Amino acid sequence: MKKVMKYVLADILRNRIVLLYTALLLVVSCSVFGLEDNADKGMLSLLNLTLIIVPMMCIIFTTIYQYNSAEFIELLVSQPLRRRHIWLSLFAGLAAALSIAFLVGVGLPVILFQPSLTGLTMVLCGVALSVIFVAIALLASARTRDKARGIGKAILLWLFWSLLWDALVLFFLFQLSDYPLEKPMVLVSFLNPIDLARILILLRMDVSALMGYSGAVFREFFGTGTGILVSALALMAWVAVPLWLSTRAFRKKDL
Amino acid sequence: MQSAFARRSIFLFCCFGALISMLHTSLIQAATLEARPGGKSIKTCIDQARAGDTLLIHAGHYHEGNINLNKRLYLRGIGWPVLDGDKKYEIISVHADSVHIEGLRIINSGYSSLNDIAGIRLYGSKGSTIRNNQFDNNCFGVYSEYGRSCLIEGNRFRAYGKEEILSGNGIHCWKSDDMRIIGNDIQGQRDGIYFEFVTNSIIWRNNSHGNIRYGLHFMFSHHDAYISNIFSRNGAGVAVMFTHGIRMFNNFFEWNWGDAAYGLLLKEISDSYIEGNYFSHNTTGLHMEGSSRIQILRNVFERNGFALRIQGSCEDDSLLHNDFVGNTFDVATNSSVSRNFFSENYWDKYEGYDLKHDGIGDVPYHPVSLFSTVVENNPPAMMLFRSFMVTLLDKTEKVLPSITPAGLKDDSPMMKRNVRPPNIKHESG
Repeated sequence: MKKVMKYVLADILRNRIVLLYTALLLVVSCSVFGLEDNADKGMLSLLNLTLIIVPMMCIIFTTIYQYNSAEFIELLVSQPLRRRHIWLSLFAGLAAALSIAFLVGVGLPVILFQPSLTGLTMVLCGVALSVIFVAIALLASARTRDKARGIGKAILLWLFWSLLWDALVLFFLFQLSDYPLEKPMVLVSFLNPIDLARILILLRMDVSALMGYSGAVFREFFGTGTGILVSALALMAWVAVPLWLSTRAFRKKDL
Repeated sequence: MQSAFARRSIFLFCCFGALISMLHTSLIQAATLEARPGGKSIKTCIDQARAGDTLLIHAGHYHEGNINLNKRLYLRGIGWPVLDGDKKYEIISVHADSVHIEGLRIINSGYSSLNDIAGIRLYGSKGSTIRNNQFDNNCFGVYSEYGRSCLIEGNRFRAYGKEEILSGNGIHCWKSDDMRIIGNDIQGQRDGIYFEFVTNSIIWRNNSHGNIRYGLHFMFSHHDAYISNIFSRNGAGVAVMFTHGIRMFNNFFEWNWGDAAYGLLLKEISDSYIEGNYFSHNTTGLHMEGSSRIQILRNVFERNGFALRIQGSCEDDSLLHNDFVGNTFDVATNSSVSRNFFSENYWDKYEGYDLKHDGIGDVPYHPVSLFSTVVENNPPAMMLFRSFMVTLLDKTEKVLPSITPAGLKDDSPMMKRNVRPPNIKHESG
């Protein structure tokens, strides 16, 4: 299992696209901190990068990689290896490679320019999002045989969680504005990993605003130690559940 | 004949001189009385003293209940004598003019739900000075009613109340005039400084922090100036109401967090100046309602939740040359029309350009974001703040204002900051 993971990791780290992705993140983060005269605005741009570009890159790259290495996977399956191990090592290799790319591309500049709790939260959330979207992409590709449809599904999933979900939530918030929605909103925020990561970062970044009435519920829940623990667990569940489902799908898959 | 006249006039002159000098010494030579533990008590000294005498109070712990200071005396503590009210009494009641109280440590005043019991209470005193005293664990610190021209300077107030109704204010003035409140440090009281019907007074270089309710609270106190004070970490910030003609220069309003906490709340304030102040890390930096003809100039709003909340009831206010930096929301309002004037402010969220290179952006800036309006009406929507969706909505609203007031805009936003940020090291959150 270790060997397979090592091979996948080495293969991806040498991959031109991942190198390009790392370089892009690095250039954007460095220029963001270099151009803006206040580091807060830089963090804001990085927030958008972390919440939009990172999930997109992770989900699309993983899906494509998965389809392109179909023959390699077939070869592995013919070896005396358990399918579960093959799948998990693929996941570990992909997740590790993309996390390393994020850590180098965004983590390093943040540590250099904004070594604060906000920065740390953002880097941790970015890594979590990378891993989560790798897991989701694996699920999409394990369930779909056709490459085009698989990639399409991946893009749709990304679009859903980064844009459509928020639009739906906003719509329902307005439709149901007569009801006390504060507590249900906390629950709803668990249903989208991007929202969850964003709220965790907001709690550091816009702490003054969230101290007011509008942020009261989030502060009371996410601001406490239990809240942070629960949200960390939720982020882990966002890795574990798709991964478990995809492993099950792969084990039964007719290659 | 002539010599006799000369002798007589010399004699008369000498007599007169002697009389004058006798009178003079009796006027000038005020006595100095000394109170010490085991010796004379403070009350005895006051009874024996005449107006204008000096009373030195030596170090020690005095339990004398209520001390009635009804003569013009100079009270001075040596080595911080402690005057203890045993949680029952008002410690010093001043019923005279031109009293001077210095160097005392005044602790444990009583508490009553009927009377406002203070460490030192001035009853209609004129020209008195209360300087460099320490107040510890009192209900009210210094209380002045009908005071005139009094100076309260360099005192230190500490109180440990937990609830608003069980504690009193640090410096409380009621129906006073021409007061000077300078360089006091106030912590843990209900309101740091409280004014009601106090006119023509100056509040200068005080540090009012960590109070249960407001750092500064005044009503009906016209023509007062507030200069270079620090109001930080107070339960509800600073609230000022029903007053005209106030001047607030170079104050700091910081770290006031909470649902109803404001850096500075203005309610029914008019014809006033707010200039050169620094609002940072407040849930709401400056909240204005029913306020008119206020000049808000050269202030810095930095890292607040809402930098400025200006209600529809405000009119003819001018906001010029202010800096808005790193705030979650710059301006929020509940009205669709704006009757206030914004110009030449610096907004860090401004995305326009300056082709003329005159330092002023060529495109107007609309500081009210769509989302701040959405959050006003629908607080749980805060959950979506900074999401892709909301950013898109905000951008479209900026191009074509439909919900936010189109008239609330800065036609000449500055490209660079107006005010050099104060050189201070911030404590972290």
